[in-house]
Order: sequence, then C-alpha cells, then structure tokens
Amino acid sequence: MNYVLLTICAIVAIYPLVGVFLASLYPTGPGSSPSGFALPPTFEWHNYVTAWEQGKFASSFQTSFIVAAAMVPASVLLSVVAGYAFATMRFRGSQLIFWLFILGLIIPTEATIVPLYYDVRAMGLLDTYWALIILETSGEVAFGIFWMRAAFMAAPKSLLEAARIDGANSWQTLWRVMVPFARPAILTLTVLCFADSWNEFFLALVFTINHMTAPAGLASFSGRYTQDVALVSAGAVIVAIPILIVFIFFQREFLRGILTGAVKG
Amino acid sequence: MEIRPEVVRGAVASVDARRRWTRGSRKQERLPGEARRIAYLYIAPAFILYAAFNLVPLVQGVNISFYNWDGITPGTWAGLSNYTDFFTDPLIREGYVHVLQLMLFYAFLPIVLGLFLAALLSRIRIRGLTAFRLVLFLPLVITDVATAVAWTWVYDVDGPLSTFLRAVGLGRLVPAQGWLGSFNTALPAVGVFGLWGAFGFCLILFLAGVMKIPASLYEAARVDGANAIHEFFAVTLPGLRYELQVVLVLSLIDTLGTFDEIYVMTSGGPGTATSVPAYLVWRRMFQTSQVGSAAALGITLMLIIFAVTYVANRLMDRWGDE
Repeated sequence: MNYVLLTICAIVAIYPLVGVFLASLYPTGPGSSPSGFALPPTFEWHNYVTAWEQGKFASSFQTSFIVAAAMVPASVLLSVVAGYAFATMRFRGSQLIFWLFILGLIIPTEATIVPLYYDVRAMGLLDTYWALIILETSGEVAFGIFWMRAAFMAAPKSLLEAARIDGANSWQTLWRVMVPFARPAILTLTVLCFADSWNEFFLALVFTINHMTAPAGLASFSGRYTQDVALVSAGAVIVAIPILIVFIFFQREFLRGILTGAVKG
Repeated sequence: MEIRPEVVRGAVASVDARRRWTRGSRKQERLPGEARRIAYLYIAPAFILYAAFNLVPLVQGVNISFYNWDGITPGTWAGLSNYTDFFTDPLIREGYVHVLQLMLFYAFLPIVLGLFLAALLSRIRIRGLTAFRLVLFLPLVITDVATAVAWTWVYDVDGPLSTFLRAVGLGRLVPAQGWLGSFNTALPAVGVFGLWGAFGFCLILFLAGVMKIPASLYEAARVDGANAIHEFFAVTLPGLRYELQVVLVLSLIDTLGTFDEIYVMTSGGPGTATSVPAYLVWRRMFQTSQVGSAAALGITLMLIIFAVTYVANRLMDRWGDE
C-alpha cells in the first residue's frame, strides 16, 4: 500500500520529464503530435542535432559554463573566508553585518533589478559574461556565508586551539585546519552554487541579448518554435542534461544542501 | 514555479536567524571565538560585492520609485503615487489576487498532501526510500525553464492531458485554446505546475522529519489507544512543527516571487489572466517604459515578502509555544 502510494507520487513526478523525452524523439513538422503515452514511431535522434543548431545552444552553453566557471569558485572562496570570520572571531558590528547578509536571502531580485539595470549599463557591462558573474556571485554569498558559518561553528574548539598552540595565524588556521575540516560542507556549497548558476533565468533574461545562458536560450528557442513540439522538447532535454548529470553524481550533496538546513531544527 | 533551492535556503535561514536572534537577545548569547579586528579584512571582499549589488540598488530603487520615469527622458517627481497605485491600479491588484490564488497550489496543497502522505507512511519503515527521494527531487532540481517548457507541451491542446481526457470520454472539457490559452484554466494550470514542483520537496522534508520523531512517542500513543487520526494530531503534526514552518515560509515567499514559469508558459496571458507582481515589474521596466512604477512594484513586493515572512514565522512560533 505504502509502496503503491510512493510509486504513484514518483510516476507523477517523473511523467512530464519522461514524456518530454519521448516527445523529443518524434518526427518533426506538422502532422505529428506526440501524445505522450506512446513510443515515437521512429526514434529521431537527429532532432537533438537540429535543436542544438537552431537553438544556438553551443553559444548559450558556452556562456553558462563560463559564467559558472567564474561564479562558483568566486562565491565559494568569498563565502569560506567571510564565513570563517563570522564563525570564529568576535568583532564590533558582527551581528548587524551578518543580519544584512541574511536579509539578502529574502530580498527578491525584482526589488533591485530596475536600478541594477542602469548600474550595469553605466558600467558598460550589458550583455557580457561579467554582468552575470558579478550579480550571481553577489547574490550567492548571502547564502554561502550563512552556510559556511554554520559549518565552521561545528568545528570542535580543540581544533582551533591546537592550531594556535602550533603558532599558526588566523589565515594559516583557516587553510590548514578549518578548510580540511569543512570539506564536505564546501563541496555541498560548490554543487549548490553550480545549480543556482546553471538554473538562473531572470538575470540572464534582463542582462543578456547575444550572450544568453542555457535557460534563457531555451526560453527564446521555445518562443520561436512553438509549433514544433519535438524540437522544443529536445531543447528542454539538452538544457536539463548538465544539471541532471551533476545531480546524479552529487545527489548526497544536493539532499544535504536542501534538507539539512531545514532538518537540523 | 517550483521552489528554487536558494529560496528554500533563504527561508530556512530567515527562520533560523530569527530564532538565534530572539534567543540571543534574551540570554545575551556568547559570541564564538576571540576578539579580532582582522575579521573585517576577511569579510570585506564579500560585503563590498554584496552591498554594491544588493543594498545600494535597493536605495537607488526607492529613489527611482518616487519618480514618473520612462527610462530615457528626465523623470518627474511623483511622490508616493507609484505606491498608492497599489490600491488603485487594477492590474496590480489583479496580480496580487493571482498570487493569492497560486498560493493554494504552491503552498497549501503541497503541504496538506505532503503531510497526509508522510503520516500514512510514518507507521512503517520504507525500503528504497533513497531512490524515491531522487525521483521526487527531480522537479526541484531541473532547470525550471526546462520543466516549464515540458509542461507547456503537457497543457497543449493536443498534448498528453487533452489526449488523456479525450481517451476517457471527457474531451468536451478540453479548452479550444489549450489549457494555458484559456481564461478559465490558465492560472490553475500554472498552479498545478507549481504543485508538481513543490510537492516532492514537501514530502521528502516531512518524511525526514517523521523519521526523527522517537518511535516511543508512537508506541505511547498506541498504548493509550490512539487511532491513526489521534496519532497524527498528537504526535506527527507537533513533531513536524519546524519542517512545517520552513515549508510554509519558503513556499509563500516563492509564490510571491513567481516569474520564470509565467514568462515561459503564458507571458502573463491570456490577456492578463496569469499576470503576477514579479511579471509586472519586468513588463513595466522593459516593455511599457514605466520605470518608476516598476521600481515601486519591486520595493512593494519586497516589503510584502518581509511582512509575510514575519507573520508566518510569528504564527508558527506561537503555535509551537502552546
């Protein structure tokens, strides 16, 4: 009974995804409308090549990967360093500054997007990788600091004391003692940063025209090819594949990242 | 659409920080570590970046919101009129009404269904839970633009939903414009998509919470002769208090900020049948050149999110203290 229920839930969760995959293999053009319940008459793997070219995914994947390749290390590094200070040091204003960061977790992008657009334009960064790298990183550190602070606070006091007795200064303590200790948390943060960067849509929509990210490229592609279900479906699968691969390899990190904060109570 | 991980984490953090703050202010909680001014050096890079692109624009946004501005010619002072539009502009009011309706699908239904299933499943140990978790998590993890594209097809007039209804003889229910193209069904259709995205997360979170409830509590309830319903209200529901608070806060925040799926699936249409505040911000900023109004809408949306977060947290805290 329980398994029946869980299986029904799982089918509902996965059906649209499997359905869209099957639809992506249907013959294209008018007269073929994938119903979603049957295997395609012929497996048109070539749809993926067509979608890749028509949707200009080579360009949008390039943007997404470049942005992620810069944004992920930057976010993680800034978060580790600042989170370390919040976790192990006492200084005037620490509560206020930490609270300002926390605020960033609930400030919607919509509240800042209007002035941001003119700021970015004034800096001459419209439609550049830099705009996305900077804006995504500046948003991500709010969570990253919250996350790393908690991870570093879990370190036993004896670790810090041992480092001090060895004569290590705070910078050395961070890299030789605390970072190795917090490696699982850092890995989780890295995975979540990548997911956030890959999935980011609103910023890409506002700030890029020719340098679209993968989700923005997909949105534009699906807008132009509304009649061609198979091709648009192939595009959706193409955009989902990288995050799917990361999810499969780092499922434990995903689960921990999204659930532990909530579950530790 | 679905709950974006960073929003999940934001809500978690807001709940968590609130607790720490209230506790800290009462008991003067000892701060960790030693006194060091060097801390500012560690924090400066992150803070400067964060402040420059989050806090500063917030102030600039408030400034812009006091003007009528088309984004090109010099703006004229508008006072609070962009804010009082909240009460008089039917498009804005409509956007918030839509968001309220979406909350049914994005917050209420996933929580109720998740609780119901978690309660049913709480009485036994489940094997293969990891595999179920993976599958239930997919809607949350996959790029929401991609899942929105998938659902656009599901709702197509020739798509799976319509095909299914025709096959079981309910073809007359299928709207001629497709589910997303019809005034009556577009908003609920977006809602069901949100339900699909949020449900698995709720269930997984609640199941994880149920497993932390000591088995002895259930045994005690059973010794007292509690039936399944008593057991749910006496043991399971109180045991899931913290999870409920997190899910409630984050799903409300998430609903208020709904944008991606609206942009991809309906563009706010048909007409304005699925227009929401975040979509209005984008539209007024980039399509109708009402930049001052867009800024005011963004600030208003933020204030409403703060208020909702605060009220939801307070309500849940009070419930827990009883």
